[in-house]
Amino acid sequence: MTDFKPLEKKLNGLEEKLKKYRELLLANLVMVGEIPAPTFNEEERVKFILNRFDEAGLTDSSIDDHGNGIGILSGQEGKDAILLNAHADTIFSQKTDHTMQVSSDTITGPGVADNSLGLAALATLPYILEDLDIELKKDLILFAGVKSLGRGNLEGIRFFLENSPFKISDAICVEGIQLGRLSYSSIGMLRGEITCTVPESYDWSRFGDASAILTLNEVINKINDIRLPKRPRTSIVMGSIVGGTSFNTIARDATLGFEVRSESQEVVEETGTTIEDIVHEVSSKTGDQVELDIFAKRSPGGIPYAHPLNECARSVMEALDIEPRLAPSTSELSALIDEEIPALTLGITVGERTFKTNEAIQIDPIFKGLAQLIGIILAVDGGYCE
Amino acid sequence: MTEDIVSKKLQNWIDKNTYHHSEFWDLMKLVEAKEKKGLKISLCLPTLNEEKTIGKEIIIFKSELMERYPLIDEIAVIDSGSDDNTLEVAKNYGADTYLASDILPNLEQKKGKGENLWKAIYQLEGDIIVYVDADISNIHPRFVYGLVAPLIHRDRVQYVKAFYDRPLAFSGNVRASGGGRVTEILVRPLFSLFFPELTGIIQPLSGEYAVRRDVLEEIAFPIGYGVETSHLIDVYHKYGLEAFAQTDLDKRVHENKPTQALGKMAFGILQTFIKRAKALGVFEKAEHETILRQFQVKQNQYEQNLMEIIEEERPPMIEIEEYRKKFKK
Repeated sequence: MTDFKPLEKKLNGLEEKLKKYRELLLANLVMVGEIPAPTFNEEERVKFILNRFDEAGLTDSSIDDHGNGIGILSGQEGKDAILLNAHADTIFSQKTDHTMQVSSDTITGPGVADNSLGLAALATLPYILEDLDIELKKDLILFAGVKSLGRGNLEGIRFFLENSPFKISDAICVEGIQLGRLSYSSIGMLRGEITCTVPESYDWSRFGDASAILTLNEVINKINDIRLPKRPRTSIVMGSIVGGTSFNTIARDATLGFEVRSESQEVVEETGTTIEDIVHEVSSKTGDQVELDIFAKRSPGGIPYAHPLNECARSVMEALDIEPRLAPSTSELSALIDEEIPALTLGITVGERTFKTNEAIQIDPIFKGLAQLIGIILAVDGGYCE
Repeated sequence: MTEDIVSKKLQNWIDKNTYHHSEFWDLMKLVEAKEKKGLKISLCLPTLNEEKTIGKEIIIFKSELMERYPLIDEIAVIDSGSDDNTLEVAKNYGADTYLASDILPNLEQKKGKGENLWKAIYQLEGDIIVYVDADISNIHPRFVYGLVAPLIHRDRVQYVKAFYDRPLAFSGNVRASGGGRVTEILVRPLFSLFFPELTGIIQPLSGEYAVRRDVLEEIAFPIGYGVETSHLIDVYHKYGLEAFAQTDLDKRVHENKPTQALGKMAFGILQTFIKRAKALGVFEKAEHETILRQFQVKQNQYEQNLMEIIEEERPPMIEIEEYRKKFKK
């Protein structure tokens, strides 16, 4: 059994020490958070992060061909590297008011938790490590990844992993919330949209029975009737619906956004095929155009519960009095798992109203979350996780 | 002065003394220049119930302009007696907080933004004081460095005023640029009539400006809405147009005031203006100005937009012979 005593000593008092970087971190958070960065339009946000990396003296920082922002904190030995990932995109459009509000104990604003705080942690870390005289043996890659969410389908991180010259030993994905989150496995996933369109040639004199919404409703009912197994655990999330234009106009288009999730890849595939059949069936019955677009897939996988990285993370969390909450993930962790890189996803603080424009995070727990992050980096760097 | 000379002088001043904040992006250089001149800079945030925005302002200024680049030496919130948590939030993020009534307590108590600005001169230590309103929701370090930079770089400049991108209308590549409603409806016409050179200041009422202590201690402060207008007239009278500079700080987002509140503001400004105009004898001069001076931006160049508006009058109809004949009067 690895002796964690020397590491625990380093963690002792770290949370308190980190409080002196409060304004630095929060200023980065507010400034990053106020730059809109919908998926495929993250350029300005990544430029800001790069600027921070440059100012911190990370001479090798750059934006890659795909738009990802990368900062390299060179280690003393530099044989291999730890990847610290935070996705740069948000679900909020360019038009959303991105103003952040700061009170004594909270910060509120769209995307503050997902994932402006993760990015702010990335941007502030070089200063913190330098100021605390923490020098790593391994290289630390600070990665602000683009095109991660929704239709982005992890394009940014996949591009980086395919083309990176680094030997990445371990990776940590940083999310704003929730503190205590510990994801080390990815579930199987299939994400898509079903769009129903009433054809132009439709007989509009037929009163009331032609509507893309009604057709989509038929599709939804049929998806709802799909029998899902209890084991392996499987679910279908019907996440969003958009359709029609006004009260008194028959809807010409309606779109359902959905996700199939399962512990089994086979079940994901089977459910996907069933949905495809439903789409064909409804289309032929109604005469409406019904289209299925599957744009993201994930395979289940991950590191075992007893993997040294996982054990390390739990030990660090325990030392900092953080209760680990284990949950699978479908985020960037999947891309790392596909590349067989041991990886975890962590949260930095406590927050609420995720994905709403009044998303909010608490300030106080951030320092524990940062101590946890630095603790795990130190553990990986110090060879505790091998 | 003839129109042509005023216009030339004004355009010359605009070309030389109008900056864009992006010219001062190199904060390291700015800090070096400030240190070389041995200047001390204080930031004053006058407040009244600003708990929603004050925290963010302090975090950003403290982190960016004190810790990362030591451009400012102190951040002080001077409050008029907020009912909300303004002072608590400000203190929590490390600003020095003062109640205006606690500064110079032996003087008669007055309440208003101008009072806070005036008392900052006594309370704060800086050779330059930069004032920034606390209700800006898109706060950025440029709101401070954009204003202090001309004072650091140019000794002759005494007073630097902010202006913002507030497009009033677009047409092709020319867009009108100006102040808010009170500026365009009241202050610009007044300045056009009585102090044409001051029309070069694009946003005379903006609440963000940086001033040298030597100047601040020499001018009077209305405690209400008239403070910005009186500053411009007094500094212009004492030091001339060359004492001013102005910086484009791009966009400023804040809550819009209802027209009724603007009426109060306009009334206060008018009182201040009349007091000064009388004292300086500009009414008596009565040089009949007919040029209204507005501004437009053409390919990032600020240009005057001169409009001759002559208000001609007809006499009472009774004085017209034909009328009297027709109606036998």
